[in-house]
Amino acid sequence: MKRILLSSALMVWASVASAQDVMRMAVTTSFHNSGLAEILLPAVAEDLGLEVQLIVVGTGQALKLGEAGDVDAILVHSRKAEEAFVEGGFGPHRREIMYNDFVVIGPAADAAQVGAAKTAAEALQAIATAEATFVSRGDDSGTHKKELSLWRAATLEPEQFGTWYNATGSGMGAALNTAAGMDAYILSDRASWLNFGNKGTLALLFAGDPVLFNQYAYLPVSVEKHAHVKGELAAKLEEWLTSPRAAELINGYTINGETLFTFNATN
Amino acid sequence: MGDLWAGLSEAFRLLVTLDSDLVEITLRSLQVTLTALAIGSAIALPLAAFLAVRRFRWRRSVIAVLNALMGLPPVVVGLAVYVLLSRSGPFGVLGLLFTPSAMIIAQVIIIVPLIASVAHQSLRDLWSEYHDLLISMNVTQSQKIRTLLWDARRALLTASLAGFGRAIGEVGAIMIVGGNIEHATRVLTTAIALETGRGDFALALGLGFVLIGLAITVNLCIHWLGRTEQEGRW
Amino acid sequence: MILFPLTVRGAQTTRRGKVLVGPVDLDLAGVGATVVMGPNGSGKTTLLRLLHGAARLTHGRIDWACTQAEAHSAQAFVFQRPVMLRRSVLENLTYPLRLCGTSRSVAQFMAEDWAARVGLDAMLDRPATVLSGGEQQKLALARAMIIEPQLLFLDEPTAALDGRATREVEAVLRAALASGTRLILSTHDLGQARRLADEVLFLLHGQVLEHSAARKFFEAPATLQARAFLRGDIVE
Repeated sequence: MKRILLSSALMVWASVASAQDVMRMAVTTSFHNSGLAEILLPAVAEDLGLEVQLIVVGTGQALKLGEAGDVDAILVHSRKAEEAFVEGGFGPHRREIMYNDFVVIGPAADAAQVGAAKTAAEALQAIATAEATFVSRGDDSGTHKKELSLWRAATLEPEQFGTWYNATGSGMGAALNTAAGMDAYILSDRASWLNFGNKGTLALLFAGDPVLFNQYAYLPVSVEKHAHVKGELAAKLEEWLTSPRAAELINGYTINGETLFTFNATN
Repeated sequence: MGDLWAGLSEAFRLLVTLDSDLVEITLRSLQVTLTALAIGSAIALPLAAFLAVRRFRWRRSVIAVLNALMGLPPVVVGLAVYVLLSRSGPFGVLGLLFTPSAMIIAQVIIIVPLIASVAHQSLRDLWSEYHDLLISMNVTQSQKIRTLLWDARRALLTASLAGFGRAIGEVGAIMIVGGNIEHATRVLTTAIALETGRGDFALALGLGFVLIGLAITVNLCIHWLGRTEQEGRW
Repeated sequence: MILFPLTVRGAQTTRRGKVLVGPVDLDLAGVGATVVMGPNGSGKTTLLRLLHGAARLTHGRIDWACTQAEAHSAQAFVFQRPVMLRRSVLENLTYPLRLCGTSRSVAQFMAEDWAARVGLDAMLDRPATVLSGGEQQKLALARAMIIEPQLLFLDEPTAALDGRATREVEAVLRAALASGTRLILSTHDLGQARRLADEVLFLLHGQVLEHSAARKFFEAPATLQARAFLRGDIVE
């Protein structure tokens, strides 16, 4: 019996070994929640023999990981922050890959009448006026930054909101959980919403305003700043992500018959 | 209640079908925690024995600090290890961040004070019992420590178990330093956090039941190995 | 090495300013059994520990015929309440031998022999902690003697034992004396003192009041307090 336990202990240690190329990429929770990674990564492994390890964090931390050189590339959706990243010399360039859109989610009863709004600004205005419970990501992520920019476009200042505005500081799934629990309004990316398993009494109330479009970009980390970064592998992945093969997979990805992402990389 | 039943049936399904992801995650949980336990005990137990038998000026303060470190919030340890192991940190060249090794390091730091404090208490009690006899027999310092460690082995096992319990259920620190990377650093606790965050409560509960079962099984195994319950044997 | 004669001059041990034992002047030779007697609190235990080196000497000197270290390694001490290692009887007996580097098989052989001598051979595999008081004290005695010390200290060794166990212990002690082991023991039991002593040290308030041959002490004690003590009076 002792021998069985000892040898199984040895097996546990021996269980991790891989002969493939490996690189690390920081991606946002919104991207991960969409489930697209589950389609793309196996294809990457098959086509390039490359294992991509995903570290799923908010946009803010993803950029920090890139700056520190703890990952080889990042995939985020926050243009201003990305441009600052490149400007700071942390990455050679940014490459647009695809976009999806944000939607306004809220209680099906829709007391604030968001469903009747014509623009995103109007929708948020309605929520503020009604002081309806609202959940914000509050984590400096791409989604959060988008949300803040929308409030400002409606000439509203989130700093001055009352207790109806709740900043949770968490990823998209966790924030949606909170919104479901509080029966609140929330801004989410469409993919996370469609994939979310705990909808409760929430429903999609507003979508379609072009200002809600959400551009994803790929940024390799600078090899000059961090010599150990796997620049070649990152370049290989970039090439793959902008290829017709990726276009096919991305455009063809649906949840319940709805497409989520639109491929828009250029060569 | 519906969630609970869904969780149970999901757990059953995962186990019975020996879901490959589950097996991989479980083995990794065990690998990380048992390694941390082995290393942590190797550090903590001799340290505890040393503190029990050796008189030196700052002994009381060291013991007080050790007790206080038990209250160190694990997530803060995770943050500190993250900062140290990041590429832009002092130990970045080792490239340990986001690997199981980083998780082991964090867990060792978390459980060493716990194991050392619990062990020290028992060893101190035993030392006061043996003191006159061993001094009279003229034992050397290392013989002293070895005798105490061996004779107190049941209590030391308990101390180690306390460390194991703390480590296997830990999620904050290893999430930060491991990154919860699928097929690389995902373990039971971080997977539960992930699935809960996705709203997939059934799967999260399933993983939770597996974790509980695992903790109980390892506890039973350690007891069996020590044969501590066998009649008349220490 | 030769331990004796033991010369003690002005030996004293104090604790927090209070003198526990001393000053004491003694000359002890290397044969026979010395019994230390005196009322409770007179310092018998402390004196024994002082001579053994287990209590700290704050004044005076204790000189053996060899070095302190050599002397210590040729001594053993049996405490009033036996300290049992949390191991089996056999392992308790082999412990002091293994400390000195004796091989496992030789140690086991000697342990079995000594266990038989004190009547514990049926209990070799029992944990020492479940033995009765008498059995534990016999085990402690065997454990002290297994390393064949030249000098054996015993602090009220039979205080907690019944008649039968006392008889067995005294038999072992007599055998030890016969094979040349020097004994220094303290006791409350006047009968035991009469049975075993070759010389007597009578202590009161940490000082040696009388030091004489046993016969002389019991038949004609020199001091008033010793006489009172032998009569059975309370001596303060």
